[in-house]
Amino acid sequence: MDLKRKTKQRALWWAIFLSALTPFVLLMIAIVTQNLGADPAKEIVLELGTWAINFLWVTLAITPFRKMFGFNWMLPYRRMMGLYSFFYACLHLLSFATFIVGWDVKILLSELTQRPYAIVGFIAFLLLVPLAVTSTKSMQKRLKKHWLNLHKLVYPIALLSLLHIIWQIRSDFSEALMYGLMLAFLLGYRFFKRKTKKTNKREKAQKLKAANAR
Amino acid sequence: MLIKQKDPILPSEITGESIYKQRRVFMQSALGLAGTLAASNVAALSSLPQEDDSPKYPGPKWLQQQQQQSISPDQFQAKDKLTPYKDVISYNNFYEFGLDKSDPFKRAQNFITDPWQVEISGEVNKPGVYNLEDFVKPHTLQERIYRMRCVEAWSMVIPWVGIPLADVLKRFEPTSKAKYIEFTTLHDPQQMPQQGSLFGTLDWPYVEGLRIDEAMNPLAFLATGVYGQSMPPQNGAPLRLVVPWKYGFKNIKSIVKIRFTEHMPKNTWHKTAPREYGFYANVNPAVDHPRWSQATERRLPSSLFSPNRIETLPFNGYAEEVAHLYKNMDLRKWI
Repeated sequence: MDLKRKTKQRALWWAIFLSALTPFVLLMIAIVTQNLGADPAKEIVLELGTWAINFLWVTLAITPFRKMFGFNWMLPYRRMMGLYSFFYACLHLLSFATFIVGWDVKILLSELTQRPYAIVGFIAFLLLVPLAVTSTKSMQKRLKKHWLNLHKLVYPIALLSLLHIIWQIRSDFSEALMYGLMLAFLLGYRFFKRKTKKTNKREKAQKLKAANAR
Repeated sequence: MLIKQKDPILPSEITGESIYKQRRVFMQSALGLAGTLAASNVAALSSLPQEDDSPKYPGPKWLQQQQQQSISPDQFQAKDKLTPYKDVISYNNFYEFGLDKSDPFKRAQNFITDPWQVEISGEVNKPGVYNLEDFVKPHTLQERIYRMRCVEAWSMVIPWVGIPLADVLKRFEPTSKAKYIEFTTLHDPQQMPQQGSLFGTLDWPYVEGLRIDEAMNPLAFLATGVYGQSMPPQNGAPLRLVVPWKYGFKNIKSIVKIRFTEHMPKNTWHKTAPREYGFYANVNPAVDHPRWSQATERRLPSSLFSPNRIETLPFNGYAEEVAHLYKNMDLRKWI
């Protein structure tokens, strides 16, 4: 019985792990079969960046989904999703430096210091690094309380990523709007929950006080 | 050669002056004298690659016939390596059909461009609505190989087929009040899906403009085709502007209106983001776009391990031909 459950869990783990890798595999196939058009560099950078953000949004969606629908099985995958976001972000940056800039240090530096959309994107990436490094269980244990505080960085990272999209809008904001609305929901949910939690606590404390006074 | 003929000769059967003149040039070049002439050669147009299985766009009969008479004036043949046909027709910025570079190719294939009419209005003696055929017929088609530099910092080299803009404009006899030319693209949300988008920031129809002296510059060109055939819909069929010293967005596509005006037209991108796009939009490596550098460009197609990055030249390398138009202007201000 227990063995069966374990196999099931393993299968689920692999299914999720592999499906999160699919965009990367599809991209590799498109590269090999030269199916990316006249400007493969830009396609690759854009695709990788898009998936970095998609997985960041997925990571942020796990807690609300778990609480709203009781999907408790999701929680162990939050780390995997976060690490996938980091994985795609690394490749996004690496392919930008390689395929677009050709490791021309002068151009690279000027891009990363002068273009506002590139600056916020780069800062978001830098903030993501410590989160990836401290994502292991042993780190979690070692950092104790600080771990949770450190990982609250994911909120500014998400906001910077959204800014990274918004500042690249040229003529249509439907995509930015979609990402923005989703993030507004994901962050709004937390804000709302915290507020109700606080008021509940306060009410409880007040009740307790009243009871004690009597 | 004389053809015996009893019936009266129809006007359509008389060889036009421009055509028989070309034949003379052709004969001269066949004799090896072309080199001594600064005149144009009748040369084979840049032909379509045979091995390429991309779609072809032969175009209407009348245009096909006219294409066979095309000339290739020496002074308008950029020496750069041509961008392959399949990239020219599949990598396009034509926002009416979508925002991705591949959208126009995917969505414009059923775009109806024949029949087509062009309305001439404003400060001219001969306004009117002209069928495309009548609009193009009086001119000899030319092939011109131009560099095209997009404001997004990529570039291509394209063999256009078309007619010099100045020759066309002169035909309608602009008055002394005609200081600018305003071009308008077709507005048809049924065919152009992005024109119906709720979240777009561009005002449709697309509008572009030129100062009259820019429009009369020999480089300014109205293209009816690429690579020796007619214009693919995704490239702006059936008629588009090509002004190679300016950023690509000035090259307005699928033109339905040409208006001669006294005042500077408000072009679409300038209206949307005045800080980022001006009226002139001359290629200028010294003035960055507020969000990215214009000092260099990536010549497409780029392969993965060589970004193919080259220096951007003032006026896209056409300074000799056009710099004088902007002699007393501060080009930092007049972007």
